[in-house]
Amino acid sequence: MSVILVFLLVIAGIAGWWLSHQRLMTKPWLEQGMIGDFVALDRSALPTAKIGLGVFLAVVGCLFALFTSAYFMRMALSDWRPLPIPSLLWLNTGVLVLSSIAIQCASLAARKGQVDMVRLGLATAGLTALVFLIGQLVAWRELSADGYFLASNPANSFFYLLTGMHGLHILGGLVGLGRTSVGAWNGAQPQRLRLSVELCAMYWHFLLFVWLAIFALLAGWASTLIDICRGLLT
Amino acid sequence: MVDITPADAVPPAEVAEMELYHPHSWWTKYVFSQDAKVIAIQYSATATAIGMVALVLSWLMRLQLGFPGTFDFITPEAYYQFITMHGMIMVIYLLTALFLGGFGNYLIPLMVGARDMVFPYVNMLSYWIYLLAVLVLVSSFFAPGGPTGAGWTLYPPQAIMTGTPGGQDWGIILMLVSLILFIVGFTMGGLNYVVTVLQGRTRGMTLMRLPLTVWGIFTATVMALLAFPALFVACVMMLLDRALGTSFFMPAIVEMGEQLQHGGGSPILFQHLFWFFGHPEVYIVALPAFGIVSDLISTHARKNIFGYRMMVWAIVGIGALSFVVWAHHMYVSGMHPYFGFFFATTTLIIAVPTAIKVYNWVLTLWRGDIHLTIPMLFALAFIVTFVNGGLTGLFLGNVVVDVPLSDTMFVVAHFHMVMGVAPIIVIFGAIYHWYPKVTGRMLNETLGRFHFWVTFLGAYLIFFPMHYLGLMGVPRRYNELTDMTVMTESAHHLNSFISIMAFIVGFAQIVFLFNLIWSIRHGREAGGNPWRATTLEWQTPETPPAHGNFGKDLPIVYRWAYDYSVPGAKEDFIPQNIPGSFAPSREPA
Amino acid sequence: MAVALVLVLIVVGSVLFHFLSPWWWTPIASNWDYIDNTIIITFWITGVVFAAVVLFMAYCVFRFRHREGNQAAYEPENRRLESWLTVVTAVGVTALLVPGLFVWSRFVNVPGDATEVEVVGQQWQWSFRLPGKDGKLGTSDTRDVNAENPLGVIATDANGQDDVVVEAADLHLPVGKPVKMLLRSIDVLHDFYVPEFRAKMDMIPGSVTYFWFTPTKTGTFQVLCAELCGQGHPMMHGVVMVDTQEDYLAWLGQQQTFAQLSAPQQMGSAE
Repeated sequence: MSVILVFLLVIAGIAGWWLSHQRLMTKPWLEQGMIGDFVALDRSALPTAKIGLGVFLAVVGCLFALFTSAYFMRMALSDWRPLPIPSLLWLNTGVLVLSSIAIQCASLAARKGQVDMVRLGLATAGLTALVFLIGQLVAWRELSADGYFLASNPANSFFYLLTGMHGLHILGGLVGLGRTSVGAWNGAQPQRLRLSVELCAMYWHFLLFVWLAIFALLAGWASTLIDICRGLLT
Repeated sequence: MVDITPADAVPPAEVAEMELYHPHSWWTKYVFSQDAKVIAIQYSATATAIGMVALVLSWLMRLQLGFPGTFDFITPEAYYQFITMHGMIMVIYLLTALFLGGFGNYLIPLMVGARDMVFPYVNMLSYWIYLLAVLVLVSSFFAPGGPTGAGWTLYPPQAIMTGTPGGQDWGIILMLVSLILFIVGFTMGGLNYVVTVLQGRTRGMTLMRLPLTVWGIFTATVMALLAFPALFVACVMMLLDRALGTSFFMPAIVEMGEQLQHGGGSPILFQHLFWFFGHPEVYIVALPAFGIVSDLISTHARKNIFGYRMMVWAIVGIGALSFVVWAHHMYVSGMHPYFGFFFATTTLIIAVPTAIKVYNWVLTLWRGDIHLTIPMLFALAFIVTFVNGGLTGLFLGNVVVDVPLSDTMFVVAHFHMVMGVAPIIVIFGAIYHWYPKVTGRMLNETLGRFHFWVTFLGAYLIFFPMHYLGLMGVPRRYNELTDMTVMTESAHHLNSFISIMAFIVGFAQIVFLFNLIWSIRHGREAGGNPWRATTLEWQTPETPPAHGNFGKDLPIVYRWAYDYSVPGAKEDFIPQNIPGSFAPSREPA
Repeated sequence: MAVALVLVLIVVGSVLFHFLSPWWWTPIASNWDYIDNTIIITFWITGVVFAAVVLFMAYCVFRFRHREGNQAAYEPENRRLESWLTVVTAVGVTALLVPGLFVWSRFVNVPGDATEVEVVGQQWQWSFRLPGKDGKLGTSDTRDVNAENPLGVIATDANGQDDVVVEAADLHLPVGKPVKMLLRSIDVLHDFYVPEFRAKMDMIPGSVTYFWFTPTKTGTFQVLCAELCGQGHPMMHGVVMVDTQEDYLAWLGQQQTFAQLSAPQQMGSAE
């Protein structure tokens, strides 16, 4: 459970940092009136939707941290036999990186108000994400063709589970991206479009990060890294 | 009055009012409504309805326990299905949904001075997915093989094996699907509650001016958002084990002489995931109750809550600590015994902030002006039951004391007292307190007092003696307590007594439901602020609050939520949106 | 008034119930009276706190109930009082925790002279295995379980051949000798619980858990399963008989070893 505890520690750090700016040590019964002085504390200048997405990503992060924790706990047992990582995953990773770059371009373009570039970026991001999903499915097929079935051993089950969960989140992102694209083509308000594209970009980068973490985990680097860290500590 | 003007004070910015969704038809106004108040009522009604099912299930269980052998239709299978569904419904579908989906939706926007939740559409989806989860859960009663009988903890391997009712039928699958749906729906709602508190507060509503109710619900929601994923992970993995034959939680098993296909899984892994959710869940239910009861006591004792800052810090501290105590549910699970030292220590540490909250509640009563209204009675009853249940938690949290007591009726009595009776009593108090705001009418006083006394004394008489059955060594989750050397003749009588009390207490809840419905039309007119309370929900121009909550202009907050009996003030309460200063004569030492 | 009175009655009633009711733990039959003592300490500390809080509340309700013209005091906080209460609570909690942890370290550290006894749970019966003359239990695996080998003893392990196998029958233990119970399950979770011994521990398929105790009284004790294990859970009773050394040896002499049980010509005469 150490992964999830570290994750929660990070969340607690962020929450603590925020709380430390909220003057929790003051005596509220002595502070009457004076509305003006507190406005800066009232709410964040960030758009509410971004904060909402941020909270949601914390929940998703928590989910994957828990899967990772479970993975490590199971891995510690003696009969752990990891399955070979299909080389296609490297290609898929590249595609997903491309997707993130494309949506970042769209986000930059939205800031400058270049609607054509936004459309191009969104379309590229959507297509590459689809290609990634198809690539993942092909990788699954390859593995099962080689006899690595879902239920044949726990390492396989974890492989399918983690990639599947990540894929589902990409799929959900594509729905959001679809809505944004509809807006981009039907001439949404520039302000709204920009926010919408930026939200997509946030989500995309986050899922790329999650994917890299999962990839490292499945390929076994994550545990090597932890072993090294443990070695340094002891 | 003290002048505090930070050097880098920001000039007042114009706070743009949020865009408000306006319904156009009856359907979007009352059914597919995006108004948090309507959603709150939908959540509450659904939770109450499914809660009644769980109440009836508890009656059936008590029939079997109190009068063994009398009721043939309660077979062992049926008994285990009843206890499983009773526990799961009460903890998740009733308490969590009612506190966060019900009270959270209704009170957060009103108390922080917002027109609605920040993402009303997502909020609406949250309710409908919750309803779907409830329907899936209910459908398992009608599925072949009936609902699952794995106990609400759903421990594998037995949860998905033939020896358990529903294990190889539809029961467990529907249960897991329903939980997954619930978590998805809850996450949607939870995002709203958290972000509304962060971003929806009206001008002047700093964090330290929030009523403790909002603090409680807010912290509980943050915890729930971080804890429910653990249950989600456990459910998904178990679903795969059951449906697709994976072995996340399934080791090699010989069932009734036959080798199963599974192999290599770890049952303990499930317990870690389950309790990583399960323990914060206790506080997800308790923190809103803490918050609400603080406001009830303060309002009805006409005195500011004692030690507001300490109360806030304690809520936050309990919330954070509750993530590192989960394995105290697993002292005898066979995990590494040295974990016991760590988890016993963290568990007993969490008792300190909890005790501080109790002290501050009773110290609020000290030198107060206590109006023994029904909400106040329930608040007092909460303190009694919560202190009782919390103290028995010190038995079970102290690892070695837990060894003889775990999995006995002592545990059943403990958690019913602390997270069954105590929070439900707060819910009752809260309903008597806020019903006038929701409907514009008071609940009937006579029926209310009857409901209070029967519920409080009855519940205490049910669960206090039950601890002693556990001390004798009577195990929990037995559908028959016969043929056991620890069960003496007198203990059987005690069991029958508990069953009879359970029926009486259950009956009082029907009276309460009747009161709820009857008073909508026949209750006394309440007016806008019958309790003379300070918080913003009582300051709305209309009662019940109209769509948008606050009329043309949002209220501006000038003071904290607890200006009761301020020396020098004309009335014994000053609402939060009243400007001007009524300086206390001096700062208390 | 009535409310304050009821609150007082709750305290008085609870205390009287505690001392006068016939419902109390079964007489102890093992060395774990340490645990009983810890429970007693906990009862005293928590009982005092419960009575103090509720009686204080009753006094407040009586003394400060609303009457015409009353006004509540204005006191947002009192740091001194709060600090004091925090310190007192912390001391109380420590007083509970320290003896608890002390006894726990005894509980988890098995004395070197404890004999091993294996308990195997399955739906819904108890079986036992005792080491033979070599004093060692043979290894086992759930995969090896079959009708002839109900406990899954690995047949190739020489240590296992002389193990005494007690399938679905009573376990006998000699009085006064520490035993380490090795707990194993071949299907679902179970929990080996004898109320008189106070100790218990879950049994998990796929791993071996343990606890230890010393029986201090001869007699017959009922074994209960304390972890939900399916619909037969409440029927999963067993019997542990604590014997004098002679009786124990006499019983042991009648039992069959794994080698005897797996030899085909001796089948059918178990018990």
